Amino acid sequence: MKYKDYYEIMGVKRDATQDEIKRAYRKLARKYHPDVSKEADAEARFKEVGEAYEVLKDPEKRAAYDQLGSRWQGGEDFTPPPGWDAGFEFSGGGFTDADAASFSDFFENLFGQRGTGRAGYGASHGGAHGFGGQQRGFHMKGEDHRAKVLIDLEDAYNGTERAISLRVPEVDASGHVITRDKTLNVKIPKGITSGKRIRLKGQGAPGMGDAPAGDLYLEVEFKPHPLYRVEGKDIYLDLPITPWEAALGSSVSVPTLGGTVEMKIPAGSQTGRKLRLKGKGLPGKPAGDQYLVLQIMTPKAETEAQKELYKRMAEEMPFNPRSRLGV
Amino acid sequence: MKMKSTEMIEILDENFEMSLAELCQTCAIRAETIMSMVDEGLLEPRGPVPSQWRFTGPSLRRVERVLHLQQDLRVNLPGAVLAVELLEEIERLQERLRLLENRF
Repeated sequence: MKYKDYYEIMGVKRDATQDEIKRAYRKLARKYHPDVSKEADAEARFKEVGEAYEVLKDPEKRAAYDQLGSRWQGGEDFTPPPGWDAGFEFSGGGFTDADAASFSDFFENLFGQRGTGRAGYGASHGGAHGFGGQQRGFHMKGEDHRAKVLIDLEDAYNGTERAISLRVPEVDASGHVITRDKTLNVKIPKGITSGKRIRLKGQGAPGMGDAPAGDLYLEVEFKPHPLYRVEGKDIYLDLPITPWEAALGSSVSVPTLGGTVEMKIPAGSQTGRKLRLKGKGLPGKPAGDQYLVLQIMTPKAETEAQKELYKRMAEEMPFNPRSRLGV
Repeated sequence: MKMKSTEMIEILDENFEMSLAELCQTCAIRAETIMSMVDEGLLEPRGPVPSQWRFTGPSLRRVERVLHLQQDLRVNLPGAVLAVELLEEIERLQERLRLLENRF
């Protein structure tokens, strides 16, 4: 078991007042709230801060914790000294309404384990809102699980299958909680877009009593693509063209997720012009479109003949692209 | 253990619809709570009366977020709704920014 420095986690001094601790907690709770924070480890930090506050906000628990002394370092191996909690009233559990089930071993060893708690962030709402006090802990829908799935744009176009590995806690015949590994083959349908959620009913944690199992939520995210940008179901591609293709019009080959297609460039096109390939985006009803954003590339003038050509253009086609700038 | 999941997959997008009862059950909250969220403008179900209301997939995420914010940050309902709307706006803007930054 590792020692947890609750003061360090909260960023307060050991002699901080209860008010200072409360303020520090509120600030950190906002900062690391998993629904607000963009930090990758927000959920873990949020739980850690919640656990620290659970101890420090309660003068009894705080005093008991302080009794362990300040010589410990966070993360150091730790065993509570015998009789460390003598004279405090909380041994045996049953404290507050906080989601104690997700607290660390360190916390549980010091302050006991709450019997009816459910594991995990976000799961406690069921208990808090949905069920009467009497029923609490007996019939309770299992915890929902969440996972992120990174897929390639090509997979979204064609559909794909992903193996999702989950660790599922289960109660065995003798009433012990064991963890079982489970692999789910999830079919990701074609046309899915980034940010969409997929629900797999009953694939979360098992329920308590007669209540159903929780659900598994998968959040789909696209890996960045070297060529395409995606907006909803629409695909954007910057299409480089030559000045003569732009000026005279032409037909060019263009890559799409469904393969190469021929595209007509209208005469007199300029950089930034958007051309649409209807229905060539991500599939669906309706399917997305692919947009080509024209980019005129100028060939280098390296040989004398090439330079001469540019000079002749300058003579033959007087043109001021900066006329709108008033210069 | 391996298993197939093809049959039970649901995509919670704009085309996905659920009734008031289903939404209550999924979020484990009372219908009154959902109704107050509708009154607050967080949810805009299709259908004239609660018994015929149909909520889309993204409603589920909104309800969850509001519940989390209310419980964890002690925000009241109008405050949580405002926060969720602002968070969604930030996400839209970040998405646009990402698009534009990857431009060339």
